[in-house]
Amino acid sequence: MLELHELTRFWVYLSASPLLGLTMTLCAYLAAHRVTRFFKGAPLANPVAIAIGLVVLVLWLSGMSYQRYFAGAQFVHFLLGPATVALALPLVRQLPRLKRAFVPLAAALLLWCVTAIVSSVAVALLLGATPQLAATLGPKSATSPIAMAVSERLGGIPALTAALVIGTGIYGAIVGPWLFDRLRIASPAARGFALGLAAHGIGTARAFQSGAEMGAFAGLAMGLNGALTALVAPWLVPVVMAWFS
Amino acid sequence: MLAAFTILLLFQCLGEGIVFLLKLPIPGPVAGMLLLMAALIAWPRLQQLVEEAANTLLSHLSLLFVPAGVGVYATAASGSGHWLAILASLAASTVLALAVTGLLLKKLGGKDGDA
Repeated sequence: MLELHELTRFWVYLSASPLLGLTMTLCAYLAAHRVTRFFKGAPLANPVAIAIGLVVLVLWLSGMSYQRYFAGAQFVHFLLGPATVALALPLVRQLPRLKRAFVPLAAALLLWCVTAIVSSVAVALLLGATPQLAATLGPKSATSPIAMAVSERLGGIPALTAALVIGTGIYGAIVGPWLFDRLRIASPAARGFALGLAAHGIGTARAFQSGAEMGAFAGLAMGLNGALTALVAPWLVPVVMAWFS
Repeated sequence: MLAAFTILLLFQCLGEGIVFLLKLPIPGPVAGMLLLMAALIAWPRLQQLVEEAANTLLSHLSLLFVPAGVGVYATAASGSGHWLAILASLAASTVLALAVTGLLLKKLGGKDGDA
């Protein structure tokens, strides 16, 4: 049993450094990318969902803690900041079209923000959720840093909000393209904008898979919806809670 | 590539700084994005400079959500028995809002499909 003992020691040594978490993340993503390509980009084969599933499976099998994993994965996580800044580039390229479509986009943004907040709080309360949980759910369609801040201000649970934001993103990115086909919404700008609203960053990533134009509108929607949610949710959520309880 | 990445980080720092000083309700990177947009409009030559790094980051945007997504499972226990309410709320509100927004855009967008 010398080999097994050696193997365990090797694993303990490796898992103590950030290297393993980082390598694991990249391997899982590349594998997920292969799967997505194999299914020719079918929405159900979402690369984020598959990669997350693979990492969770490895963590579960090896007994590695999330904290230890994140010590390595944080280097990837950190790049979300500069990537958000980089969204400015596709946006500037779409600027002429953005100007022409300003009124419909502004209307859609406003309608979306109110529908998403009211419906998520109302459905949760009708199904017997506590006010704390309803406050946690309210801002779930905003990008995670905004959603967490809003949730905290409303007396929700910020960590759970962050988890729900990711869940919403994956779900929206999967169900969005399917729904748009059913409703015959074909324009890349409309599809991108709606995806960015519904599924923020993960929806934007999905939109970029379908082209730069769709990605640009998704990125714009994500940024604007985040800002609007931060302004609207703190007073709208208490109003909805008063109606339904 | 290195210069481009540095520019992105500089704008993120700028965004974080402005958000902190003015106590704005948006995250620093989003403010940084808006600032970079303004800069790109003012100096179009900046576009070529940041292009490479921006395209690399954006084409692998999905990858960047994996660590946070794995964290979902680490916090999954804190929902404490209300999973039906949580999942129903998430599923229903996302589909409803997606349909409403998509249809509105389709209606207002007109025949040229501009939005």
